[in-house]
Amino acid sequence: MRRRRDSSYNGIPRWVMAVAAVGALLVLLPLAAMLGRVNWAQFIPLVSSESSLTALGLSLRTAAASTVLCVLFGVPLALVLARGDFPGQRLLRSFVLLPLVLPPVVGGIALLYAFGRQGLLGQSLEIAGLQIAFTTTAVVLAQTFVALPFLVVSLEGALRSAGSRYEAVAATLGARPTTVLRRVTLPLVLPGLASGAVLSFARSLGEFGATLTFAGSLQGVTRTLPLEIYLQRETDADAAVALSLLLVIVAVVVVGLSYRGPAPAGSGGRTARPGTAGNHGRVAA
Amino acid sequence: MTFTLDAALAARCFEVSLSLAPGETVAVLGPNGAGKSTLLSVVAGLLRPDTGRAEVNGRVLFELGPGVHTWTAPHRRGTALLSQDPLLFPHLSALENVAFGPRSAGVPKRDARETARHWLAEVDAAELADRRPGELSGGQAQRVAAARALAVNPEILLLDEPLSALDIHAAPLLRRLLKRVLAGRRAIIVTHDVLDAYMLADRVVVMEEGRITEHGPTREVLRRPRSRFAAGLAGLNLVAGTVTPAGIRSDEGLEFAGQHDAPLVSGQAGVAAFPPSAVSVFLSEAHGSPRNSFRVTVTDLEPHGDQIRVRAGELSADVTPAASADLGLAPGLEVYFVVKAAAVSIYPA
Repeated sequence: MRRRRDSSYNGIPRWVMAVAAVGALLVLLPLAAMLGRVNWAQFIPLVSSESSLTALGLSLRTAAASTVLCVLFGVPLALVLARGDFPGQRLLRSFVLLPLVLPPVVGGIALLYAFGRQGLLGQSLEIAGLQIAFTTTAVVLAQTFVALPFLVVSLEGALRSAGSRYEAVAATLGARPTTVLRRVTLPLVLPGLASGAVLSFARSLGEFGATLTFAGSLQGVTRTLPLEIYLQRETDADAAVALSLLLVIVAVVVVGLSYRGPAPAGSGGRTARPGTAGNHGRVAA
Repeated sequence: MTFTLDAALAARCFEVSLSLAPGETVAVLGPNGAGKSTLLSVVAGLLRPDTGRAEVNGRVLFELGPGVHTWTAPHRRGTALLSQDPLLFPHLSALENVAFGPRSAGVPKRDARETARHWLAEVDAAELADRRPGELSGGQAQRVAAARALAVNPEILLLDEPLSALDIHAAPLLRRLLKRVLAGRRAIIVTHDVLDAYMLADRVVVMEEGRITEHGPTREVLRRPRSRFAAGLAGLNLVAGTVTPAGIRSDEGLEFAGQHDAPLVSGQAGVAAFPPSAVSVFLSEAHGSPRNSFRVTVTDLEPHGDQIRVRAGELSADVTPAASADLGLAPGLEVYFVVKAAAVSIYPA
C-alpha cells in the first residue's frame, strides 16, 4: 500500500498511536526474541539438513498446490457470494468462512470423517482405489480447507467494492457472461485476487493442526515444515529455531510481495484498486 | 422495423409504453427519480420488468406475463449503453476498449482493431488510441466511450445523461459530436438538459413518477408544454385549469385572461402558459386592462442570467436587480404579479 508522505492532517489521536505501538511490539517482540536464540554458526547446516530440505520442499509444493485449488474454487465461490442473490447465501458465506475461526485440529478431524478410510466418501474412494488420508493429497486438502476462506474474503471484498457497473456495460456491448468474467471482472479484481492468493499460500505454508490430524507426519510424504519444526523442538532446539526463522523469512517475502500493491502497469490514478484497503482488515478479523 | 416497448415494474412504480421508428432519436426528460434510468435498464435487459413486451425489428427482447416468459439476455439485445460515467475498462487501452464490442461478437482481433480505429476517428479521438483510461480527461473518456458504444452498431443506442458529468468546455464538443453520430440512428437519450433535447432528439418524452406524462415533437413540447416539468424546462409559467370564454380558470380559482391558441370549448381542461419575463411585479394592485393581476407571497429570489427570478409558489417573474432593490423584494413579502393577457397562451391540456 502507498505510504503517506505528505504532512496533511491525519486525525489520529496520540494515545491511539501509543496503543498501536504496543500492539506492534506484541508481534515483533517474540520474533526478535527468537532471532536472539538463533545459532548463527550452525544456521546453514541446520536448515540444509536432509530432513529440513525435504520438509521445506514438501511445504512449498503442497502450499502451491493448495493455492491453485483455492483459486480454482475460491473465485467461483467469491463471485457467487458477492454477485449472486439466492436463498441461503448468508448461510453459505458463514460456512465457507468457518475455517477462519475453527481450530485447525477440528478441521482435521472433520476432514478425516469425510475422506478418511472410515469416512463419508473415504469408503467409496477406497473402492475406487484411492486413499487420501495420510497421503500428500491429504496435506493439500487440509491446507486448502483452512486457506480457502482467505481467498474468498479477499476476493469477495474486491468484487463488492468494484461493483458490477463495468460488467453491465460489457454485457450491453455484446459480451457473453464468460467473456465478461475473463476480460472485465477478473482483470479488475486482479489485485484482490493476487493478495487473496498470497494470503492463502502463506496460510497453507503455516498449516499445522489440520495437517497433523488428517495427514499425519511421515517424512517426505506429509511432514511439512511446521510439523518438522514441532518435531525438532523436542530433540534439537537449535534446529527448530533455525527452521522457524526460515519459515518467517519465506512468509515475510510472500506477504511483502503482495502488500507492495501490484498496481496494474500504466493504469493511472483512476483505476479502482479493489481489495486493498478494506479487505485486508477483514482477513485479519 | 420499429422498436416497441410496454413494461411495468411495480417495485419502482414504473409503467411505460414507447415506440421508436428506425433512425428516430427520442429524448426522455423528467425530474430525478422519475424512472428514466429504469427505462434504459429495462430496454438494455439489466432490469427485469414484472410484465410487458418489447421487440426491435421483429425480434422479441422480452415478453413477460401470465404464461409467457421470453427473455433475451443483455448481450444478445444490440442495445449499447452510454452512461454519465464513461466506465472505460481501466485495464484496456482506448483502442482495446472500443474493440471490445466487436471482439465479443467474434470479430477477429485485427478487424476489430480496424473497426475501433474507424470509430475513434469518428469521435475525433484517433490520437488517443494507445492511452489508458486513467490518462484521459473526462471529455476524452466520454468520446472514447461513445466510440465504444457505436462500434457495436447497436439496434438502439441508449444514452443516460451522457453530458452531465462533463465540464462546460467539454460538453458542447461532445454534444456536437453526438448530434453528428446520432443522425439517422435509433437512440433513446435520457437528459435533464433542454438543450440536449433541442439539439439531439426528434421527439421528447416527459416522464414523471414512472409514467410518461407528455410526449411529442421537441419543438411542440417546448413551445406548448402541458406538464409542469416541461414548462419548467421551457422556462414558462404553467397554470392548469378549465377553459372559460375569456381565458382559463385555474384549479385554485384564479381567472387568467389570455389568447386561445386553438379552438377551445368552455369547460374543457386547458393550460395557460406565459414566460416569467412577461410578468411584472407591483407592491399594490395595478389597474388597466386587459391585465391579469394576482396577489402572491414571494417565496424565493434567485439569480437568473442578468435578472432576478422572483418565485411565488408555482409562478415566477423576472425583474431587473434594480427593480428588485426598489421594490425591497424579500421572501415573505406580499406583492402583485401582473401579466398582460396578450402574453398568456391558452391551449388544451
